[in-house]
Amino acid sequence: MGTRRYILGKVAQAFLTLAFVMVFNFFLFRIIPGDPAALLLRGTSAFNPDNLAEVRAELGLDKPLPQQFLTYVKNTVTLTFGQSFFLRGQEVKEVIAGRIWPTILLVGTSTIASAAIGLIIGIYGGWRHGSRFDVGSQGFTLFVYAMPEFWFGILVLMAFAGGVGPFPAIFPAGGYDTIGADLTGFAHVADVLNHLALPWFVLTVAYLGEYALIMRNSLIDVMNDDYVMTARAKGVREKQILWRHVVPNAMLPTFTLVLLSLGFIFGGAITIEYVFSYPGLGLLTVQAIDTKDFPLLQGLFLLFSAAVIVANLVADISYSYLDPRVRAG
Amino acid sequence: MRPPEALPTYEGGPVSGTELEPGPPPEVPRNPRAIAWTRRRLSAARVWKTYRKNKLGMLGLYVLIFFALVAIFAPLLADEQGLHATCPCNGEPFSPPSAEFPLGTDNFGRSVLTLTIWGSRISLAVGLLATAISMLIGSFIGIVAGYRGRTTESVLMRLTDWFLVIPFLPLAIVLASVLGRSLGVIVLVIGVTSWPGTARIVRAQVLSVKTRPYVERSRALGASGWHLNTRHILPNVGPLIFANTILTVAIAILSESTLAFLGLGDPLSISWGTILDFAFSAGAAYAGQWWWIVPPGLAIVFVVLAFTLCGFALDEILNPKLRER
Repeated sequence: MGTRRYILGKVAQAFLTLAFVMVFNFFLFRIIPGDPAALLLRGTSAFNPDNLAEVRAELGLDKPLPQQFLTYVKNTVTLTFGQSFFLRGQEVKEVIAGRIWPTILLVGTSTIASAAIGLIIGIYGGWRHGSRFDVGSQGFTLFVYAMPEFWFGILVLMAFAGGVGPFPAIFPAGGYDTIGADLTGFAHVADVLNHLALPWFVLTVAYLGEYALIMRNSLIDVMNDDYVMTARAKGVREKQILWRHVVPNAMLPTFTLVLLSLGFIFGGAITIEYVFSYPGLGLLTVQAIDTKDFPLLQGLFLLFSAAVIVANLVADISYSYLDPRVRAG
Repeated sequence: MRPPEALPTYEGGPVSGTELEPGPPPEVPRNPRAIAWTRRRLSAARVWKTYRKNKLGMLGLYVLIFFALVAIFAPLLADEQGLHATCPCNGEPFSPPSAEFPLGTDNFGRSVLTLTIWGSRISLAVGLLATAISMLIGSFIGIVAGYRGRTTESVLMRLTDWFLVIPFLPLAIVLASVLGRSLGVIVLVIGVTSWPGTARIVRAQVLSVKTRPYVERSRALGASGWHLNTRHILPNVGPLIFANTILTVAIAILSESTLAFLGLGDPLSISWGTILDFAFSAGAAYAGQWWWIVPPGLAIVFVVLAFTLCGFALDEILNPKLRER
C-alpha cells in the first residue's frame, strides 16, 4: 500500500469518527430526561408556559427531529454552539476561547516535562532492569497509577498552599494570576508562574510514570534485538550502544504516546484545574456540570473529542514516516 | 446430537497434568460432563499453584480480602447511625483524631472512620457492578465480532474504535450529567464507557481459538453456532476475560471516585469519592483537615493497587501472549 493511500485512509477514518461523535453528541443531549427548556427556566421567575414555548423555539426544540439535526450539523461545522444557558448573553464559542490558553499553558508544559523526565527514568530503569533503581521506579509508577490524581492534587494543595504541620504555605491556593494586582511585564509572568507551579507539579508527577513504563518496556524489547548483539560483538562501548543504537529505536512508542497525549491538551486536567481553581477548560467543565449548562458541555465535549481524534491521526501519520513497516503492514 | 465432548479425548485431562505431583491416579470420570468438570478443576488448581508463587499477586489478594471483609462486616465495625448528620453519637465538627474518633470528624461531626468503613461498600459495589456491565458488553461484542467475521466484524470493530477514541472522562461526565445523579447512572456510565478494550482483547483471542482443529472438528460433526460458542470458544476465552475483569475493576473504582468528586455521584450514598467531594467542597484542604482527606484517598489507592497486582499476576498466567515469554 502506498503512503498516500495509507494517509488518505487514515484521514477518512478520522472524519468518520468525528461524524460519529457528532451524531452521538446530538442524540446524547436529546435523551435528557425532561424538557431542556423547563430545565433552563426552573427556579427562575420566568417559569411559565409562555416563556417555555419561547425558549423552546429559541433552542429550536419545536422543529421536527431531522430539521433539528440539520441545524445542529450546520451549527457545529461553523462552530456555533449557541448561547451558554447560564452565562446568559455569551456565546459558547467565546466562553471556551476565553479559557483555552491557561489550559494549553498548564497541560502543554507539564506534558513536555513529564515526557522528558519519564523518558530518562525509563531509559535508566530499562537499561539496568532488575536493579534497585528499576524496581523503585516501577513501584512508584504503580503507586501513582493507583492514586486518583485529584486526591494527590488536594494533598499538594493542602501541604503547600494551606500549610499543614511542617509544610509552609508558600504557594497561592489557586487561580491563574493574582486578581486585582494589575501586574505587568516581568512581575506578571512571575505571578502566573507562581500560580502555575502546584498544578503543574501534580500533573507532571501524575503522568511521568506512564512514559517511564512505556520507554522501559520498549527499551528492553530493543535490547534483545540481534543488531545490539552485533554491536556488542564489534566491541562498541556500552554507552555508545545505549545512546546510539538502542534509545533511538526504542523511542518510537514513547514518541507516539507524546503525540497521543497532545490530544488531551484541552480535556486532560479537568479534576486538577478544579482542585486548584485554575481558570481553564477543565474548571469550565466542572462549572458547566454544576449549572447544568448543556450547550456549553456539548461544545466542550466536541472540542475534547476532536482534539483526541486529530492527535490520533497525527500519531498514525507520523508513525508511518518513522517506521516504514507500518505502511507496508 | 451428542455433544462432541462425549468423544473419549483426554485433551488437557488428568493424564496430561504433568505439573501435578505424583499421587493416587485420579478417579475415572463417568460421563462427559464429569470429564469436563474434572478437567476444569485440575486446571484451576494448576493456575492457583502458579498464582501462589507470585508474591505481589498474593499481597494484592490479601488486601482485597481485607477490604471485602470490611465491606461485608461494616455494620459490626461501625454504627450505621454515624452516617447521619443528626446522630447524637457525632462529635464536635472538624475535630482532629482522638481516642473517641480515631480518624477525626467531618463538618457534621461524623466520624471519618465510620464514613470510610461504610464508603467501602458503595465504592466496591459500584466498581464491581460497572465492571460486570463492561465485561458483558465487551465480551459479547468481542465474541460476536470474532466469530461472525465479515460485515458484522467490521461494523462492530469500527464501533469499538470509536468508543476507544472518545476521551473517557468527558464522555462519562456528559453522560452522567445528562442522566442525573444516582448510583445506577454512575454504574451504567462507567460500564458503557469502559468496554472497548475488553472487546478488542476478546475478539483477538476468539480469532485464534476458532481456527483450532477441535473447533473445526466439532463444526464438521454438525455443532451449531450456539454450541460452538458456549462450549468451545467461551471456555477458552473465559480465563482471559477474567484477568481483564480484575484490571477493569481497578479502573472502575478510580472512575467512580473521579465522577463522585466532580459532584456527579449520588449525594445520598457515601462512597470514598463522595467523602472527598464533601471534604474538598467544605474547604478541608485550606483548613488543613488532613484526617478528612487522607483516609478515603488511601483506601482508594490500596484497593486499586491490590486489584492491579492481582490482575497482573493473573494476566501473567492466563494471557497466552505473556505466557510464551
